Amino acid sequence: MRASASDLPLTFDDVSLTTGAATLVDRLSLTIGPGAPTLILGPNGSGKTSFLRLCMGLVSPSKGTVRWGARADSGPGRRAILFQKPVMLRRSAAANVAYGLAQADCPRGQRARRTEELLDRVGLLALASRPARRLSGGEQQRLALARALARQPEILLLDEPTASLDPAATRFVEEIILAAAHSGTKIIMASHDLGQVRRLAGDVVFLVRGRLCEHAASDDFLDRPATPQAAAFVRGDLVL
Amino acid sequence: MSETVSAWQLIATGDATLFAIVELSLAISLAAVAIAMVLGLPLGAVLALTRFPGRTAIIVVLNGFMGLPPVVVGLTVYLLLSRSGPLGELGLLFTPTAMIIAQALLVVPIIAALTRQTVEDLWLEYREELTAMGVGQGGRIATLLWDSRFSLVTALLAGFGRAAAEVGTVMIVGGNIDGFTRTMTTAIALETSKGNLPLAMGLGVVLIFLILLINAAAWGVRMWSEQRAG
Repeated sequence: MRASASDLPLTFDDVSLTTGAATLVDRLSLTIGPGAPTLILGPNGSGKTSFLRLCMGLVSPSKGTVRWGARADSGPGRRAILFQKPVMLRRSAAANVAYGLAQADCPRGQRARRTEELLDRVGLLALASRPARRLSGGEQQRLALARALARQPEILLLDEPTASLDPAATRFVEEIILAAAHSGTKIIMASHDLGQVRRLAGDVVFLVRGRLCEHAASDDFLDRPATPQAAAFVRGDLVL
Repeated sequence: MSETVSAWQLIATGDATLFAIVELSLAISLAAVAIAMVLGLPLGAVLALTRFPGRTAIIVVLNGFMGLPPVVVGLTVYLLLSRSGPLGELGLLFTPTAMIIAQALLVVPIIAALTRQTVEDLWLEYREELTAMGVGQGGRIATLLWDSRFSLVTALLAGFGRAAAEVGTVMIVGGNIDGFTRTMTTAIALETSKGNLPLAMGLGVVLIFLILLINAAAWGVRMWSEQRAG
């Protein structure tokens, strides 16, 4: 199931996504290569989640093409996504991670050990046998992160993983994400937190109403935004 | 009043006839539910997860068949199994096997229809996550059935209640043969018409008690496992 060819670079070629009358993503063209995390910024409704779903291949573009490496038909084998509200299977925390491992074709004999490693990595080892649905929001988010990392993804897509977390929990999740990035996983993460850009991002994709407004290295985006919308966003003004 | 006292005496003294009937009834209904489960759970799950022409019609028929008249099912199975019927060679008519087949036919639509609804609701919640994990169709069915296991217990109980309580099918295909195919419900019908009310009432009490007991046990298992699995 796992393809050997790389999913990177990820290329959007004039991609639009529409449902009914609404245009969620509007003629987007960009390339995301390997390296430091890419953060997807933009106000609510700017198309960040739709963009991630396209990156994952969960939806097909209404127009244009998404390519992983050179392929337009790559299965999800080398990618993982952490939804804003992840679904917890009705099983223990450990069983949720083991499920992810099984789906990623991890050999049966290694699953127990790998499950333990992953739970440890997200700080949930003590809660391994706890029903996943009884965990707190932050713990569920970390468990879903462990389950996503179980796939050993080449690309890890994250939809505002720290949106509802307090600073301590945010820092913890960011450290896990950075560790994954350092070990070679390409992070593509939606956010609307400029502090997070400073802490994590290599480059920034700034979306407004489904359109690509700016794609720049994070320092450039923060210090010398090229468009008035990006400048307003960086200043902290409301971008509508 | 004296009938009630005699009924309790039959139960208390462990009357052999009564307990043979109870045992047979339980064995038949549990076997029927087990078979219906093996057929109904996957059928319901497949209907929940697939889209094909005619699917809606099948769902409507299935829901309608939840209220299938037992005598009609009995008659159909009778015609199939009778000497001149297509399956007459097997010689199954008026045997417990025929009764299990008939009850299973009654229960399959109940289990399948309730499973379809439960699994479809859960699928709405799980779809993106399972798709993102690359879970294939077989894995989806297994995952959804397992994760709706607590709700599905209710479907199985509904099926068991139906099987244990009905009298029309087993009367027709079993023939109510003493010591061989006589169940609690057919015995109650017979003993009542004969005027042997103590045995009829004793059986009635046991039947209700067993159905309550099995429901209570299933409920207990459900509560206990939900505590553990969330």
